[in-house]
Amino acid sequence: MNSATNASIAVRMQAVNKWYGDFHVLKDIDMVVGQGERVVICGPSGSGKSTAVRCINRLEAHDTGEILVNGIELTDELKNIDVIRRDVGMVFQHFNLFPHLTVLENCTLALRWVRHLSASEAAAKAMHYLERVRIAEQALKFPGQLSGGQQQRVAIARALCMSPKIMLFDEPTSALDPEMVKEVLDTMIQLAADGMTMVCVTHEMGFAREVADRMIFMAEGKVIETAPPEQFFNNPAQERTLKFLNQILN
Amino acid sequence: MTTHESLAARDGGTGGLFATVRKALFSSPLHAVISVASLYLAVTLIWNFLDFALLRAVWTGTSRDACLNENVGGEVGACWPFVQAKLGQFLYGSFPLEERWRVDTTYVLALLVIVPLLIPAAPYKAMNTFFLFVVLPMSAFFLLYGGALLPILQGSLAWLAMLAGGSLILYVVLTGALATSHGMKRGLAGAAALAAGAVLWLLPPLDWLPGLALPVVETKLWGGLMVTMVVAVTGIVGAMPIGIMLVLGRRSSMPLLRYCSVAVVEVVRGIPLITVLFFAIYVLPLFLQDSPDGMVRVLIGVSVFTGAYVSETLRGGLQSIPKGQYESAQALGLNPMLTMTFVIMPQVIRRVIPGLMNNFIGLFKDTTLVSIIGIFDLLGGLRSSFTDPNWATPVSVYTGFAFAGLIYFAFCYCMSRYSMYLEKRLNPER
Repeated sequence: MNSATNASIAVRMQAVNKWYGDFHVLKDIDMVVGQGERVVICGPSGSGKSTAVRCINRLEAHDTGEILVNGIELTDELKNIDVIRRDVGMVFQHFNLFPHLTVLENCTLALRWVRHLSASEAAAKAMHYLERVRIAEQALKFPGQLSGGQQQRVAIARALCMSPKIMLFDEPTSALDPEMVKEVLDTMIQLAADGMTMVCVTHEMGFAREVADRMIFMAEGKVIETAPPEQFFNNPAQERTLKFLNQILN
Repeated sequence: MTTHESLAARDGGTGGLFATVRKALFSSPLHAVISVASLYLAVTLIWNFLDFALLRAVWTGTSRDACLNENVGGEVGACWPFVQAKLGQFLYGSFPLEERWRVDTTYVLALLVIVPLLIPAAPYKAMNTFFLFVVLPMSAFFLLYGGALLPILQGSLAWLAMLAGGSLILYVVLTGALATSHGMKRGLAGAAALAAGAVLWLLPPLDWLPGLALPVVETKLWGGLMVTMVVAVTGIVGAMPIGIMLVLGRRSSMPLLRYCSVAVVEVVRGIPLITVLFFAIYVLPLFLQDSPDGMVRVLIGVSVFTGAYVSETLRGGLQSIPKGQYESAQALGLNPMLTMTFVIMPQVIRRVIPGLMNNFIGLFKDTTLVSIIGIFDLLGGLRSSFTDPNWATPVSVYTGFAFAGLIYFAFCYCMSRYSMYLEKRLNPER
């Protein structure tokens, strides 16, 4: 593996296995995400897609196999984990905003205490990203006063404030009402257009078709198929993939 | 139907006060019976109390003669001249008359420091907290106890530095942040504070300005409401850090810290406050060479006792924080100590305000147990005033207890209302 190849790989998973007690949740996962690539992971529930993505920033620890993020190996070493988490941002299904802080404070908290920016610098940077997701006018509101779609956009801005190189999305629109799904997907499409490396777990196939460079289909803990969207949707190689697509697209 | 009409239909035709009362109190025969019985009970109790305290009360007089049935010409009510005569004892105990300005000054100082802290909108919270934990204890100690100013400053500053340093180190360890560079820096700062405090403590007393001194008033002369306030405020202020440390220790990944925290909480909760106070007064000196004053030992005992209860209240709140909060903080790169300080603990405290106020209101009334170990609080001062033959009448006891009851009720009610105000103010999203 020469350094040139390494530099262009954002995430590399090799033979990753994970157990929850006796339950084998990830079985020999091999996955590669290049820099600037947009990968969408789909599959039935319980297939391990969220677990695989959460292993990337060590919210879950893998048991065997190797995970490299931006060339750094993910182990129990706190230093490596810290460095990796600096470059990886995550957006959750249930937003996970801090309810006791305003929208602006949600975004500036990590900027002030992890990046050590001054109050004014942090506020300026936060406002820049809040404007980018078009929610700047809500900066002084509390998360509880916002709709679901607005909260998720704040969550995206909050993650972007840390200037990550890779953005992880764990079913970002699954907890939203249909009217609000569009505003979040539009934000994510804009993000993709700006060149962000994205790994997205989602059921939104329209979004996937538009944005993804590559689709990964997982079921029962295994990667079943990997293909660009045209091939994935029109001519899937695996039987299992076809079955899933028939279910979800009807 | 317009809104008005549909609401009127719901409310049974007629609007207004009569209909509301009728619906609320007399909507069914059972409700009517309960309402009548409750009203009768309430009116009887309130009437009897007002009758005793106001209508039949005696307002002026110089000795017991004013409050005797024969002299008043009927059933005598509360004997307020008795309270007026004994007010000094109720408020200050046996504090020397000419030194009582020191107690008043301490009250004013405490109000100036504590009240802004209680108002969420007031600025300079960090400075305010510094005043609460550093300046107020030192000034209160100097004003109430007396002695030479500089040695007292030296001693109390030394102890505060050691406590602060030790607490910071403990906090870093308990939040599991020792391995991070951020935690290391804070830990070293804590160690520096601890060392500085120890050095200051070991230095000989500074005797440069002998003029700046107040006459010493031994703690056995303290009494009345003053003692209640000192014990309650110190207990509340001391219980919060102790409670936070214990609850973090209980959840720590290090078995030794976990077992110690659980042991402390279970033992302290398993024994009555009186036992803790006896332990503090009689057993603690056996462990410490330079045993501190009796009052200080009591304050330690009360703080630890309340701290154990506070830690369990906090633990309930801690368990209600969703895992997603920790995860998003981790994903942002916040280390465990930052997560606990800025994300988790603020949410926990907002959630357990009712429980915490419960602990504190209980503590306020439990302070009266110090009379068992010979320290006179409000009730202690009260009961010693009953022995005065100049004021011994059948109603003195009732008057005294009514007065004390009113004071306790006033304080506890204020705490309760403040709790509700704080809940509304800090939980705008609910």
